[in-house]
Amino acid sequence: MVEGILSGLNGLIAGFLNLHWSNPVMMAIGCLLLYLGIKKDFEPLLLVPIGFGCIIVNIPLAGLMEKEGFLRTIYDAGVITELFPLFIFIGIGAMTDFTPVLENPYTFLLGAAGQFGIFLTLLLALALGFKYNEAVTIGIIGACDGPTVIYVASQYAQSLLGPCSVAAYSYMSLVPVLQPPIMKMLTTKKERETIMKTHKRTVSKTTKLLFPIVITIVGGLIAPKGLPLLATIMLGNLMRESGVVERLTKASQNEIANIVTLLLGISIGATIDGKVFVQPTTIIVLALGLIAICLDTVCGVLFGKILYLITGGKINPLIGAAGISAFPMSARVVQKEGQKYNKKNYLLMHAMGANAGGQVGSVMAAAVMLSVLKGMGVI
Amino acid sequence: MMDRWTFGLTMLVVGMGGTLLTLMLLSVIMALLKKVFPYNPDEEKKD
Repeated sequence: MVEGILSGLNGLIAGFLNLHWSNPVMMAIGCLLLYLGIKKDFEPLLLVPIGFGCIIVNIPLAGLMEKEGFLRTIYDAGVITELFPLFIFIGIGAMTDFTPVLENPYTFLLGAAGQFGIFLTLLLALALGFKYNEAVTIGIIGACDGPTVIYVASQYAQSLLGPCSVAAYSYMSLVPVLQPPIMKMLTTKKERETIMKTHKRTVSKTTKLLFPIVITIVGGLIAPKGLPLLATIMLGNLMRESGVVERLTKASQNEIANIVTLLLGISIGATIDGKVFVQPTTIIVLALGLIAICLDTVCGVLFGKILYLITGGKINPLIGAAGISAFPMSARVVQKEGQKYNKKNYLLMHAMGANAGGQVGSVMAAAVMLSVLKGMGVI
Repeated sequence: MMDRWTFGLTMLVVGMGGTLLTLMLLSVIMALLKKVFPYNPDEEKKD
């Protein structure tokens, strides 16, 4: 009888006895993510499920990520198969209005320049000794696009899925803090004060309808390995612009995006197991991710400066910072910074163009990278 | 298998160049589409 009671009590303290030192550390990090999401409003839709997933996966003996554990089932079904990021992309396409980039097609180029950090960071990762596929995955954090990072990491470097996803989503939410100092450092007062002309609505419905179809065909032919990313975002946008499948568009924007965001967030949180996560590699990945996003901003602003020179001062180089994929956050940052230096400056629509270009740019950069890797025989 | 630096520099040049060229091509196509299908306020109202 007493022996039975002691065994029973032993079962109740087994969780505490099996606690590895890294588990409480990760639970604290999970709480930090929850704090950032709930109190600071940093990407709450993702940081709340990620933070909670991080806490529960670090409770020993629950077996949530073991075979047949409920988180393992969700993870295998949606992350390993790459379905979750692709579903999210349909939602993003259905939510994004690409009119600003169609009004000024040159802003596509800013969207390209805003991805250069990916490739520079890839070089840095290689210099630090990461394997080819790991370096590519780390570089992709510079796409500043969570679903793209998850798509590439789940395919080519699953061991880095946790740190890369956390880095991507955390830094995306820190764009308003990270970008302004870089923008100020790289531009002169005169450049920042440049007023850009506002345009009237000049895009026909036919052009808006053809945009997703043309991008899918041309982009897919150039970079077929990235077609799932490109095709899903463009399918969402085609549904939105066609106006004939309102139910599907709304479901993609709301129900599908919400359900998948929840499942994706908690699955990503579940990859943050202390024993795997707390190691020097994670710190290096987080640092490289930060560098990638800063380099994107640097390259975007520098490209904006080139356009400023070419156009004889008609383009405000600050809009180059919006060439990253953090939509519409970085466009808002550009608008705010522009107004800080010239109250008459309304850069929002131009920055939205660059930002929408950055959305396409980040997907295209990942697609090009995967296709080049395939061409080189690395994947 | 190529060495790390050759790989990195190839990715840098082809990747960055490829992304820029692709988006440049898309921007030209979009500019052409706008010319072929100009904005027509009356048509938009009909829709």
